Amino acid sequence: MLPFIITTIDALIIYLLLTAGSGDFLYFWSPEEFVMGIFLSIIVGALARNYLCHSKNYRMLNPVRWLKFVVYAIGPFLFAMAKANLDVAYRVITGKIRPGIVKIDPKLNTDFGVTFLANSITLTPGTLSVDVDEDTNVLYVHWINIPEGEEKKEYADIKKVCGSFADWARRVAE
Amino acid sequence: MLWWELVIYIFVAIGLTFNGLGVIGLLRFPDVYTRLHAATKATTFGSIFTSLAVIGWAFAQLISTGNSWNLTLALHTFFAIICLLLTNPVGAHAIARAAHRSGVKPKQAVVDRLEEVKE
Repeated sequence: MLPFIITTIDALIIYLLLTAGSGDFLYFWSPEEFVMGIFLSIIVGALARNYLCHSKNYRMLNPVRWLKFVVYAIGPFLFAMAKANLDVAYRVITGKIRPGIVKIDPKLNTDFGVTFLANSITLTPGTLSVDVDEDTNVLYVHWINIPEGEEKKEYADIKKVCGSFADWARRVAE
Repeated sequence: MLWWELVIYIFVAIGLTFNGLGVIGLLRFPDVYTRLHAATKATTFGSIFTSLAVIGWAFAQLISTGNSWNLTLALHTFFAIICLLLTNPVGAHAIARAAHRSGVKPKQAVVDRLEEVKE
């Protein structure tokens, strides 16, 4: 029952987000849209409940995690993303690159945590996640400018690859 | 010119600059992995800023005309930004993984740990 309720509420929120501004009911919606949204959400909830709540683990329902996610997205993530773009701009103009694929071990245990970290890595300075070892959760990262000496180590220094992102992934997703 | 018009112009300028840099990077870099760097990071950031300009314009219209259609436009654009942030890195990861699996070597690479574990 819980997966059905979660999926229905999520679908309803997205439906209402997409139809806001259609009328005066509750300031933003027309009554028809509201009724149709509830009707469609129940259908979506019945069909898709086993996909959204695949792992049967409800830790992401905790609002503290959402708050941490928002803090992460506005603070360190946005800053790192701006820096990433200036970095890419610099390399586009000067052509100074020293690329390679390195291995990092973020020590995360859940699928959601690894997905979160891999997406963050791709959007931030000089790194792009290429592959993940599904048994050990080791990430293979393409790094556009490897510092001298870093390529000799078996596991690259996680602080140099993605800063504090692994800690944030652990805080938000695990 | 009102101050919010200036803000919208600045957002559009930043967005176009980064999207343009992404295109130059796509042409300049040597292989598929480095090109993906330019194609994902720069275009995500650039598109976010052009979308923010649209949101700013929609809110300015909403305040000056009171037409609720503008709220719909702003929310849809906001939703598009979220989808962009979720799908862009996933797509880049899929392309990079597929390229490596089909045997494309990173050019000028000083190290390739993934090649060592692959049978």
